[in-house]
Amino acid sequence: MNNGPETYPEMFKRVKEKSEGAFIPFVVAGDPDLETSLLVVKEMVNAGADALEIGFPFSDPVADGPTIQAADVRALKSGMTTSKGFEFIRHIREFTDIPIGLLVYYNLIYQRGIGQFYKEAQKNGVNGILIADLPPEEASSAIEFSKKFGISQIFMVAQTTSNSRLSHISQMAEGFIYVVAVKGVTGARSDLERDTLDLIHRVRKHTDLPICVGFGISKTDHIKKVLKAGSNGAIVASVLVELIEKYQEDRRVMLMEIRRLCLALKKATRGCGP
Amino acid sequence: MISDGKFGKYGGIFVPELLIPAIEELESAFYQYKDDKNFNKELDYYLREFAGRPTSLYHTQRLSEKLGCKIYLKREDLLHTGAHKINNTLGQGLLAKFMGKERLIAETGAGQHGIATAVIGALFGFPTDVYMGSEDIKRQRLNVFRMELSGARVISVESGSKTLKDSINEALRDWITNVDNTHYLIGSSMGPHPYPTMVKHFQSVIGRESRKQILEKDDKLPDAVIACVGGGSNAIGIFSAFQDDREVELIGAEGGGEGPSGRNGATLSFGTEGVLHGSLSFVLQDDDGQISEAHSVSAGLDYPGVGPEHSLMMVEGRAKYEPVMDNEALRGFKLLSKYEGIIPALESSHAVACAEKYAKKPENKGKTIIINLSGRGDKDMHIVSQKMGAGV
Repeated sequence: MNNGPETYPEMFKRVKEKSEGAFIPFVVAGDPDLETSLLVVKEMVNAGADALEIGFPFSDPVADGPTIQAADVRALKSGMTTSKGFEFIRHIREFTDIPIGLLVYYNLIYQRGIGQFYKEAQKNGVNGILIADLPPEEASSAIEFSKKFGISQIFMVAQTTSNSRLSHISQMAEGFIYVVAVKGVTGARSDLERDTLDLIHRVRKHTDLPICVGFGISKTDHIKKVLKAGSNGAIVASVLVELIEKYQEDRRVMLMEIRRLCLALKKATRGCGP
Repeated sequence: MISDGKFGKYGGIFVPELLIPAIEELESAFYQYKDDKNFNKELDYYLREFAGRPTSLYHTQRLSEKLGCKIYLKREDLLHTGAHKINNTLGQGLLAKFMGKERLIAETGAGQHGIATAVIGALFGFPTDVYMGSEDIKRQRLNVFRMELSGARVISVESGSKTLKDSINEALRDWITNVDNTHYLIGSSMGPHPYPTMVKHFQSVIGRESRKQILEKDDKLPDAVIACVGGGSNAIGIFSAFQDDREVELIGAEGGGEGPSGRNGATLSFGTEGVLHGSLSFVLQDDDGQISEAHSVSAGLDYPGVGPEHSLMMVEGRAKYEPVMDNEALRGFKLLSKYEGIIPALESSHAVACAEKYAKKPENKGKTIIINLSGRGDKDMHIVSQKMGAGV
């Protein structure tokens, strides 16, 4: 790595030039253990991931559904800590330059010391941080340190987010806007609501930042639809985490299945760029 | 938002973006109706006719004599459903009705708040879902049955530690998914803004009555007010009327469980600052911020967080918080039962035990104490009989 990791703007430019959307898989650091989850990330990168979302496990993940919570439990049981989380990022940086976003709950940051957390994030090669339980109202300290350490502060918006909040959030956010596809918590779903596609149109009117859609994106068809509606990328979480859960006793099969699904999901982003 | 919901630096709105509109709507409705004449007329009616307010401030004779202090009990144990919880569920239930919500959800640990919510669901005709940890369901079959009799559906929570904090997580997730038609009726003065302020408002009736009653009886304020603190709603309710009277000592009795080195629920005594369930307050956690499992002999104090205003009152020195161990609480339980014929809830027994310790200090001899007797002990018979080896 000569010039440091790829930035979010560079990544979105890269995929756009190829008329693609960004495929961003999610994994909980240390699920089911540190070594295996590092191999999982390697498969994701080799299969064409354009960026990564890494969750640090938390004991009380209120924004997540049962699939991700179970992954958090597995990771914590295997001995994950905040220090090991950063170590995990450092290892990922040994084999890839693509942008890495952290998905964390605020208490982990608060206990580390907000400045200290952002400093370690920067040192280990993190590009962006999304705090699941930190709305703009409470985000001033986090934003201050994100600017100080050159980390993109990423925010979620949802169908329930009003237009005035959308404008406000677009002004505070960096990197990309995370659009929550469904009402509710994370989890694989079979239908993609019509409302989601309308929401993408609505967000587009309020921001020049790239848009990525997450929560409930589990099929190649979902990816095609959200990219077609104007999203710049898709974040896929629960359906991948389910594979880790299903094959936790057989790592070889787990990695094979992850690879197969990621290849298919990445393929769905091709020719669908905005 | 009308307010940032901060008590000093504590409190706030630490929730996913998806919940913000629901919280804005709730906050706006709360500030609109809390001083609304029709709302309050209806609330007063139900508090009086349905719940049984006002409750008496009872001057104990034999207990006062034994402990050498003048001890009053605020008899919240005499309310319908047997505890102060109904003050809050009536208030929030009525607010949900005024807001045009169609469904109630609640979390419950031992089942007391679940019952108080189920009853309000029956009263106002709301479909009601109560989230309860599967471990708690096993321990509290009778309370599950009571809730179901009132028409509520009890949903078993299998995630995490399968106890109260996980029930709150599940209820929050339900609310995130069904914000349009559902009111989440939080049972204590915790959670994101506006809950701590709103629950205090609906529980402050305890303090208003107590202050008026003690002035009528004694023509002066008490020296100390003592209440148990889990999430902290009965305590903040009674403290609220005395907060500005600096000469009145306010003391919160926490669930000390097995003590500082063992499992406990004494968040203010043994915890550190952190963000849990929507607000910054004190929590029981490890160095990384992973939340610990709480323990107390009383299920109502078995929570690893605490309402944010209590954190502020502690750091400002306005109130003191003391851990009361399981065995001390059991002694308080027996003391009040034996000397006054009043069987307190195990939660309230912590306040009784705390009052006993207070009274035993030589400098406190002859002082006047109000204990908030937040609930009655019928629900705890099987636990206490087990601990006493009576095997009922």
